[in-house]
Amino acid sequence: MLAAGLALMLMFAFPLWRITLEAPQYPKGLSMFIWVNKITGSEPSTLQNINIMNHYIGMKAIEPDSIPELQFMQYIIIVFAGLAFLLAWLNKWQANLVWLVILVGAGALAIYDFYLWEYDYGHNLDPHAAIKIEGMAYQPPLIGKKIILNFTALSWPQLGSLFMTLSMILGTLSVFKGRKQKRIIG
Amino acid sequence: MNLKSIRNLFVLSLVLGLMASCGGNKSGAGGPLGAGDAAQKVYVAPGEYDDFYAFLSGGFSGQVSVYGLPSGRLLKVIPVFSLDAEKAWGFNDETKPMLETRHGFIPWDDAHHPELSQTDGVPDGRWLFINANNTPRIARIDLTTFETVEIIELPNSAGNHSSPFTTPNTDYVVAGTRFAVPIPQRDMPINEYAGNFKAALSFVSIADDGRMDIAFQILMPGFNYDLAHSGKGPSDGWMFFSSYNTEESNTLLEVEASKHDKDFIAAINWKMAEQLVADGKFEEMNSPYMVNFYDEHTHMATSETRNSVKTIKAADHPGLVYFMPTPKSPHGVDIDPSGEYIVGSGKLSADLTVHSFTKMKAAIAAEDFEDERYGIPVLNFDATLAGVVKSGGLGPLHTEFDNNGNAYTSFFISSEIVKWKVGTWEVLDRAPCYYSIGHLMVPGGDSKQPWGKYLLALNKITKDRYLPTGPELNQAAQLFDISGGKMQLILDFPTIGEPHYAQAIPADLIIEQQKQIYKLEENMHPYAVKSEDEVKVTREGNVVRIYLTTIRSHFAPDNIEGIMVGDEVHFHVTNLEQDFDVPHGFAIMGAQTSELLIMPGQTESNVWYPKYEGVIPFYCTDFCSALHQEMQGYIRVSAKGSNPELKWWVGTDE
Ligand SMILES: [Cu+2]
Repeated sequence: MLAAGLALMLMFAFPLWRITLEAPQYPKGLSMFIWVNKITGSEPSTLQNINIMNHYIGMKAIEPDSIPELQFMQYIIIVFAGLAFLLAWLNKWQANLVWLVILVGAGALAIYDFYLWEYDYGHNLDPHAAIKIEGMAYQPPLIGKKIILNFTALSWPQLGSLFMTLSMILGTLSVFKGRKQKRIIG
Repeated sequence: MNLKSIRNLFVLSLVLGLMASCGGNKSGAGGPLGAGDAAQKVYVAPGEYDDFYAFLSGGFSGQVSVYGLPSGRLLKVIPVFSLDAEKAWGFNDETKPMLETRHGFIPWDDAHHPELSQTDGVPDGRWLFINANNTPRIARIDLTTFETVEIIELPNSAGNHSSPFTTPNTDYVVAGTRFAVPIPQRDMPINEYAGNFKAALSFVSIADDGRMDIAFQILMPGFNYDLAHSGKGPSDGWMFFSSYNTEESNTLLEVEASKHDKDFIAAINWKMAEQLVADGKFEEMNSPYMVNFYDEHTHMATSETRNSVKTIKAADHPGLVYFMPTPKSPHGVDIDPSGEYIVGSGKLSADLTVHSFTKMKAAIAAEDFEDERYGIPVLNFDATLAGVVKSGGLGPLHTEFDNNGNAYTSFFISSEIVKWKVGTWEVLDRAPCYYSIGHLMVPGGDSKQPWGKYLLALNKITKDRYLPTGPELNQAAQLFDISGGKMQLILDFPTIGEPHYAQAIPADLIIEQQKQIYKLEENMHPYAVKSEDEVKVTREGNVVRIYLTTIRSHFAPDNIEGIMVGDEVHFHVTNLEQDFDVPHGFAIMGAQTSELLIMPGQTESNVWYPKYEGVIPFYCTDFCSALHQEMQGYIRVSAKGSNPELKWWVGTDE
């Protein structure tokens, strides 16, 4: 459980997700990184440049400050990590299982939430946009590749998400290990 | 050979040259087979990069053009000494001070010799220097932005031709004068030139940040100092200037200044001059000059006047200057990569005279002097002579070197390049030029470690090389592959202005240092606005300032009211973009100035004097985006004295 907690803390050191927009005019692509508490770009001005592109189709500007998840998500992870450390000390596999189930639930919820944001940015467009194409939505893929007008959008999880997955795996291991030990002792 | 026979030869070769060029017998890359080979050598596939950046002086265009080699593709024209309406150079408030001199604002000059800064005798890609020949100045171009960032004026100089040649670590760039003049200037009869006129050789110090200052000037006899090159390796610490008109004549120089069989290469011990200055052995002379500096953070140039220079009289300090007799009005003075050989090109001669630095030192030690001019020892010609290149050509001008111990000399009159071996003086190859080559350039060919590979011929006469374009033709550059034993002509391309000299550097050395944008948060321009929330219009009397921003695809504000006929309207336009290659332009109808072309993160300003009432449009001149055409606005101009309220907006209706 200790390792599971540490893996969660490592989520702060790496982005969770990466969305890259590729077009001929952007030979290196415009990459946006989503972290537990911020959104960054491949260069300091990338977010501004993506927003400039998006304003032509009427997409809302991506402003990290106005996304509440980026404010509170970090505390949830800290709480999960803190609980993991506590559970490591308690060494009760049933408690570990409860922790794991809630974490997996939270993870699934986060991905769904991410999808909702993408849906919102992609569909909730300014009716006065300069470029309007009937029936067109600009939602980037949750995972994988999608062609949106002149851009190819790529969306892939990053190390941060992998550490969360690792934490879940470690949590699962601790549950199994705990049950096995219990049986031996019992 | 007497004077008359030289002149006859000159006329004959001109006639022959003209006949050759009028005959329509065009020569080129050596027939069909050679042409295919040449095409491959210069082919840079779409999206690929050239191996070298080449910097060609613009001559009478006053600018520097940057080409890729071997493709010959034009990459950029850098405005330096001449107005450039395209880039607002000398038109916007920010760059006007760059062209200020003690004579006032000067919109043009004649730029001859680009010179890359060096570290340990090798071009390092920090800066490019270039001289203004007419109103003596030196400019410094920053090679992270390819922009001119400093221009220093040279007092006591006239005809800044032997300039700006660097010492091996860019401690100094030198600037000799090709006209002798009274120093200090005064009203005196022209025909009292001899013995009275002087020539100043300026040593311009280059600080670690590139800033220029005149460290000292050496006052020389009034000969015409034509070109220069620094010693290196064993000859480091010495600077060599070629000279002509040691006859000191002031009229019909083509005859009068060709009388002496030999003129001089002046060897200057600049380390000693440096020490003299440190020891206080100089005279401070009141001679004001201007220094113009462009600050990348304020995006603005300022002019400063400095009042005096430290001067050293050459004749007063034994050991400071020696003259080496060199036949036939030497033009180029070129030092081989080892630093041992000093090549003088007597421009009315068939031969090259090569002096040895070792022998020069020995002759100085032995006081082997054949004469003295104005107190300066003239070394015995035979004592310093290392060899003569019997070229078989006529009219040698300049020599560059490769990385295999070979030298290449341009011959104007016989219109060819002669390749010869340093040390044996044996001629190895010759290649015709189309037509009448001036300078030539091998990448790093004037440095301690030439990169070799290519040779660029900078020709003075074009004639029939390209599709005809009326009487005025662009000058021709020709690229040779010199990697084999024989020089092979592989490309011919037209240039901008009249390239005199050129420099080249491997692309790898400077490609990574290129700036893509200016950071908006570092913009310290006094009239910058960093977001659309800050835009405003202010009035003080009849001076109106409009603080505008640009971002794809609109101005803020784009509607402005409250301007009156007779106002002086300043536009301060900040480009809020932070993306590579997204400049915006700005132009307003009736402005008696150029457009503005503003790079991301930059602020530029110009002035408009509205003359008539009405609603006047302005727009973005750079195709910035899909809605570039919509990037436009209006300014309402009301009657003089009507005092309308200042109003501005974007996206609303008031
Ligand atoms: Cu624009």
